[in-house]
Amino acid sequence: MTQRQVFPPLTLRTIGLSWGRGGMALGESLDFSVSAGRCLLLRGPNGTGKTTLLLTLAGIVIPLDGGFALEGGDEEIAQIHYCGHRNAIKPLLTVLENLEFWRAINGPTGASCAEALGTVGLLGLIDLDAGYLSAGQTRRLALARLLVSLRPVWLLDEPTAALDAAGHGLVSRLIDRHLEMGGLAIAATHDPITLAEPDRLDTLALGALV
Amino acid sequence: MLRRELALALRGGGDVLTLVLFFVIVGAIVPFAVGPDKVLLARIAPGIVWIAAFLAMLLGLERLFRPDHEDGSLVLLRQADLPLSAIIAAKMMAHWLVSAVPLILASPLLAVLLAMDLASFWRMVLSLLLGTPALAAFGAIGAAVTVSVNRGGLIAPILIAPLSIPVLIFGVGAITAEQSNAALLFLAALSLLALALAPFAAALAISSAED
Amino acid sequence: MSIDSAPKQSWWNRISHPGQFVTWTKPLLWPLTILTAVLFVAGLWFALFNSPQDYQMGDTVRIMYVHVPNAWLSQFVYGVMAVSALGTLVWRHPMADVSMKSAAPLGALFTALALFTGALWGRPTWGTFWEWDGRMTSTLVLLLIYLGIIALWRAFDDQLRAARIIAVFTLVGAINIPIIKFSVDWWSTLHQPASVFRADGPRMPGSILTPLFVMFFAFTFLFLTLHLKAMHTEVKRRRIATLQRKAAQGAAS
Repeated sequence: MTQRQVFPPLTLRTIGLSWGRGGMALGESLDFSVSAGRCLLLRGPNGTGKTTLLLTLAGIVIPLDGGFALEGGDEEIAQIHYCGHRNAIKPLLTVLENLEFWRAINGPTGASCAEALGTVGLLGLIDLDAGYLSAGQTRRLALARLLVSLRPVWLLDEPTAALDAAGHGLVSRLIDRHLEMGGLAIAATHDPITLAEPDRLDTLALGALV
Repeated sequence: MLRRELALALRGGGDVLTLVLFFVIVGAIVPFAVGPDKVLLARIAPGIVWIAAFLAMLLGLERLFRPDHEDGSLVLLRQADLPLSAIIAAKMMAHWLVSAVPLILASPLLAVLLAMDLASFWRMVLSLLLGTPALAAFGAIGAAVTVSVNRGGLIAPILIAPLSIPVLIFGVGAITAEQSNAALLFLAALSLLALALAPFAAALAISSAED
Repeated sequence: MSIDSAPKQSWWNRISHPGQFVTWTKPLLWPLTILTAVLFVAGLWFALFNSPQDYQMGDTVRIMYVHVPNAWLSQFVYGVMAVSALGTLVWRHPMADVSMKSAAPLGALFTALALFTGALWGRPTWGTFWEWDGRMTSTLVLLLIYLGIIALWRAFDDQLRAARIIAVFTLVGAINIPIIKFSVDWWSTLHQPASVFRADGPRMPGSILTPLFVMFFAFTFLFLTLHLKAMHTEVKRRRIATLQRKAAQGAAS
């Protein structure tokens, strides 16, 4: 099966990265790298700083020490999709309006809104006010955001939260497709992620470091 | 971006109406506090209108960044293709359209209640038009600085008020003073300067806020 | 045989580390304190005993020797804060935000003192404790800005994150302060067309200048001493907070 390589070959590499919050280090001197087409699973008990690490890699939280770099990436354009705990969906706008906004703001480089909604299974609710969605449906809408704008790096924080078994499968499929296109992903999750090719998966267990 | 902010604001329902109501009420309770003497009211009317406008715009500030901060949109907006300052400029514009323009449209009500004469009325409208953008700009800076503070809604007015004093001075001066044209000029200059700088200052403050 | 090939650190880098900053500048504290005390004694002696009475105001003009330096300091301290803010944002010097945070209460104090001594001076001179003239009003607004910044520091739990945000606001304030002064002056000429009594008195002959200069230096060194001490305190405070948090984390796991 041919692979459509949409993204240039990138590697996300950390060099002695220490991260934390409020001056408190949650992790120290971490070195790892994730190459194109691979997914890194972050595992660890609550409080070990998975979320903070993802936020640091997203550029929201400043590293305490060390650094990270996206090698092979274009400095100018935004490369990262961050999908966090909160869905950033406005309840007063419809499903379509929510997605169209993010498509416009993040760049309409990916699927159309209709396609993306079809993939996540929300096409029937396209004109519904997003406030009426259930937690799982809102999460799917947040995932659709990843599809409408193509960015090589996916940072996913508990992507399967509030999703049922079908939703779990959806997340795995989405990550699969993304990796096939040459993207890379880092996902912090307690749930199992089954990829089509399991050797694309690496695991990093936090909490053993500090 | 502008479209979304406007849509959000308008769908937000009662908000615009509440703001206008607040504005009118502040102006309307003044005669109860100082007495209905028309001469007195006419003298202080410009000041009252401007204070009411200032307070009403402060009220509307909570909607500027806090909802986006709370639902995680701010984190994503920082990752968008558009620079954060452009996004904030759009938000400020939307905020001004939703908060200030209704006030300006409601100002005739206050003018009548406070016995303002016609010449002053037109100067008042003009001064509000030229000055409220500056209030929106300073308000945006105050809101951006306090966005990651839990009780930030209380501190923001304290920070914004000293910055807004020149706006009040020139705004009222534009209505009453003999040098009202000079005041209008200062007001316009201040608004332009504030509008130009505020998006960058606010963007810097927000990108320094860890989520 | 090993060769120490590490580059010699410049003094600027050496004082970057908070702990080193404290140890390095600690020896300065006592000399500064003594110098401040000496200047005050000299200045006060000059001010109280060795300078002439003003022909108009009598002895009360001596308040000027305290009032004017305080007024000058209220603006100088904001300048220090603004430079520290640049240090935090542009050069990212780690001690810059400590400097900024420590300067704020001192600035508020000196501004309040300026207002207070101004009022004391005003009472016998103008008949009231307060006049809304350009200078007093601008100083009052400056005090409000200081107090707002102090409130902002207290509102944040995480002081390090707060530092950059407050630095932005401090710089915004720095740009605004001249605008505020200008507008307040314009406003006061509108409302008080009669020429207002100039708060720093008539032209000053030399015998008044000497005590004034000495008091200037006295107060400035007072600020420098207090500022340094406050920075030390802040460093220690942060260290305690970090230790407490580490203890909490250690106890929980």
